[in-house]
Amino acid sequence: MNTLWTLLRDPNMQWILLSCTLLGLSSGIIGCFSYLRKQSLMGDTLAHAALPGICIAFMLTGTKSILYFLIGAGLAGVAATFGIGWITRHSRVKHDAAMGIVLSSFFGLGIVLLTLVQHGGYGNQAGLDKFLFGQAASMVGSDVLTLSIVSLLLVTICYFLFKQFKLVSFDPGFAKGIGYPVAMLEQLLMFLMVVAVVVGIQAVGVILVASLIITPAVSARYWTDRLGVMVVVSGLFGAISGASGAIVSSTGDSLPTGPLTVLAATLLFLLSLLFGSKRGILVRRMVQQRMKRSLGYGYEEQAATASVDDRLNKEASL
Amino acid sequence: MSEAKVKSAATAREREGAAPPLTIRGLSAAYQKKPVLRGVSFTVTEGELIGVIGPNGAGKSTMMKAALGLIPRLGGEVLVYGKPYKQQRKLVGYVPQRESVDWDFPTNALDVVMMGRYGHLGLFGRPGAKERAIAMECLAKVGMADFASRQISQLSGGQQQRVFLARALAQDASLYFMDEPFAGVDAATEKAIITLLQELKLQGKTVIVVHHDLATVEEYFDSVLLLNVELVAYGKTKEVFNQQLLQRTYGGRLAFLDRNSLSKTDSAEG
Repeated sequence: MNTLWTLLRDPNMQWILLSCTLLGLSSGIIGCFSYLRKQSLMGDTLAHAALPGICIAFMLTGTKSILYFLIGAGLAGVAATFGIGWITRHSRVKHDAAMGIVLSSFFGLGIVLLTLVQHGGYGNQAGLDKFLFGQAASMVGSDVLTLSIVSLLLVTICYFLFKQFKLVSFDPGFAKGIGYPVAMLEQLLMFLMVVAVVVGIQAVGVILVASLIITPAVSARYWTDRLGVMVVVSGLFGAISGASGAIVSSTGDSLPTGPLTVLAATLLFLLSLLFGSKRGILVRRMVQQRMKRSLGYGYEEQAATASVDDRLNKEASL
Repeated sequence: MSEAKVKSAATAREREGAAPPLTIRGLSAAYQKKPVLRGVSFTVTEGELIGVIGPNGAGKSTMMKAALGLIPRLGGEVLVYGKPYKQQRKLVGYVPQRESVDWDFPTNALDVVMMGRYGHLGLFGRPGAKERAIAMECLAKVGMADFASRQISQLSGGQQQRVFLARALAQDASLYFMDEPFAGVDAATEKAIITLLQELKLQGKTVIVVHHDLATVEEYFDSVLLLNVELVAYGKTKEVFNQQLLQRTYGGRLAFLDRNSLSKTDSAEG
């Protein structure tokens, strides 16, 4: 506990904690729209596609700057999106299979490039492999600043365009009918997802970063039937996951941040699944019981369980 | 038509001169490479209920979507009150097919109806008390006021359809496109919808409805548009809703159609 306290008082740690929290917040918020538009897996594809982009950005610039990585990963994401679009348009391959093909091939290429980089003559390639599973503690001041600003920007855009994003997610046809630039809004949502994925990579890693997009949104859905509330809850879950990942990984023996963040998010998901106030298993059970009782099944069920108990007792006594 | 009706119908006309609510010229559309709508032209009269009739795959929904710019047109022109549709969006309301959205979306009935006001809000404008009041009013008009805060997946099919209609009412348009509003609804909802359509007509609004039940066409619609990829006929229901033109619209399926409409007449008489 003492070590945790000293850690939290370390200004460097505070910055990392802040950026991981903001990162989780923005991913959680963007994730709601991806989830409702049934695009959750797109986040995973984009994240895996980002790896070759990052490697190429490093090979070209020779620096580990988040800005260049963002550009590289963003371009790779765009290429992956076009690749998926091209495959589905020009063959009979369905969207999910096309995503699988693109995801794995980009990731394979990424790993090859990563290996090349590590064995190549690049001076400061150390730590590039941290992009696989994320290492928040390895972030430097300028990274933290970039991450925080980008995350806040994402949240701000979602705040101001909430109405548009909501309608496009629910009923794109109607949105188009009233003159919304639906194609542009959809592209924007996709772009925001790419940005969320890319800024999340350093902290969570390419393999797992998608779970920060998917899991908080899915968990939040268990607590509410209102989109506004869902977005806030999802952002909160993401923030908690990001913060706990950062804290635990810096106290432990250089544990990677990504897996811990994901485990925190998964824990929140399990809690939501069980106790969620709208769709949680317990609430559903209770509603079902109440319904049964109001329909007059309560007595018979009691009688039925009683007779089973009796029988069990008899069998036990035999 | 009485004087009062003509007067209320005049509002849209005053605003837009004497141009008809909708003129479509040479509208064509295709999915992939297969044309599903070829050179459709017609002009609708203000204050009418118009039924769009045709077999499956005749391009009824496609026509609406192409007119509204929801799918790309291959060609053609759509004029709303004399001007290109793009300048007149606020005068046009749309009720999509109920299956076109995921009803498990985290929102309630009132919220969906408020979406009808989004077109009147600015880029960053947020729906407020005024929009809420309008939406409540529209929900009441379709008999759904008690369900305002109900999550939309908890509504029956007919209730969902009524929510969609309320949303279109909230758009406060002069010309409405409705894609199969009667599909899969119970008798009570069907009656509520047709009452509402007639009310809209009394206010001088024009409503174009994709419709499937041939037995109710004569009762519901002033004009009928018979469509099978190409326009077969368009005119007053009395003039075009006849055996010969239906035969041309439905082609080989008429034998079934004949029996069907016969049995319906039988049961109506019996």
